[in-house]
Amino acid sequence: MARNGVASWRRRSSDQSDDPSPCGSEDVHVLAVDDSLVDRKVIEHLLKISSCKVTAVDSGIRALQFLGLDEEKAAGDFNGLKVDLIITDYCMPGMTGYELLKKIKESSALREIPVVIMSSENVLARIDRCLEEGAEDFIVKPVKLSDVKRLRDFMTRDVGDRVRSDGEGTTHKRKLQESSDVSSSSPSVSSASSSSSSSSSLPTTPSRSPSPSPSVSLSEPSSPSPSTGSSGPCSPSSLESPTRRLKMTSCCD
Amino acid sequence: MPRFHGQSNHAPVDIVNQLQKQYVDYLTSLFHEGVLDDQFTQLQKLQDESNPDFTVEVATLFFVDSDKLINNMAAALERSPVDFKQVDADVHQLKGSSSSIGAMRVKNLCITFRSFCETQSYEGCLICLQQVKNECAVLKDKLQNLFRMEQQIVGAGGSVPLMD
Repeated sequence: MARNGVASWRRRSSDQSDDPSPCGSEDVHVLAVDDSLVDRKVIEHLLKISSCKVTAVDSGIRALQFLGLDEEKAAGDFNGLKVDLIITDYCMPGMTGYELLKKIKESSALREIPVVIMSSENVLARIDRCLEEGAEDFIVKPVKLSDVKRLRDFMTRDVGDRVRSDGEGTTHKRKLQESSDVSSSSPSVSSASSSSSSSSSLPTTPSRSPSPSPSVSLSEPSSPSPSTGSSGPCSPSSLESPTRRLKMTSCCD
Repeated sequence: MPRFHGQSNHAPVDIVNQLQKQYVDYLTSLFHEGVLDDQFTQLQKLQDESNPDFTVEVATLFFVDSDKLINNMAAALERSPVDFKQVDADVHQLKGSSSSIGAMRVKNLCITFRSFCETQSYEGCLICLQQVKNECAVLKDKLQNLFRMEQQIVGAGGSVPLMD
């Protein structure tokens, strides 16, 4: 029985995310990568509600296979489905989201596909690293409908600005878009336009967070993280203050 | 007192209203107690005609996942030497999925649990494990109540109120 209150006015895309037929409609096709079953279900549904076709996989390796980049297939041996956006969790066993991002950006066939990183940890150095590697956006989990709506707008409007999101109570809003309709209590985006300025500084919109700091990587950890290797658990320290960022040493990488 | 006629799917309006009010009260109490947070409401908002059971499905997945993770943690803590990194990895997973469904108390317990993993405190980890187990059981119970109340409302011909 349908529930009252959720009058969804969005056109719903086909539910068959693994439909082999070519994606001829104007529906955006998103590849979602997350090792968590619960998160995969949530992100998949968030995307479908937002009129996206979704393919959800549980690892970076599978993502690369789907994209036609694994060693066993030729790079051009596609399954025919064009991917318009890749959204991936950061912390995953095996290949992290960051490593997946790098592989995608290193590939001439795939580097144009926008990649968005999701993470439960609001770590500035991590965000910076991802943006510098070419990620379009960074979403702090838990992912909300407003996050996905923002991405949807981003994809269709083809905005060149890079944006950043932190979900810990700051309200950095990207000037051009207005997406805080669903969850006004949760913050949305901060525009760290690293493409247009030499340092991706946080916007001037007043917020509860400390003053902006440049994202030039001063904080690249010099000492290796205790959990070395890509299969180690993620043990970052969540920082709010940019000044403390410089002392951070532990990252999941 | 109006009678409920069995052949109709619509109970008298005041019964539906009563069920709805009980539901809202119950859900409100879960928020007040900190069992659930706003993310749960976010998920409820995602239900629609094509996915009418979305919240139930996600909750079910969560409990399957959390049972598995808790068993892993328990097993890791029983080994000698304890692999705290492995326990931490499992707690991190549980923290993530509990956060995604709005299970705030479970999530917060995981945060504490992780700090004990970091300091490699065996006792601390055991205590946290027990607390997490208990909290997941409480959550399961409460969500089952909640979903049952939803079914009652719908069965009586009403619609489930959405919290703001």
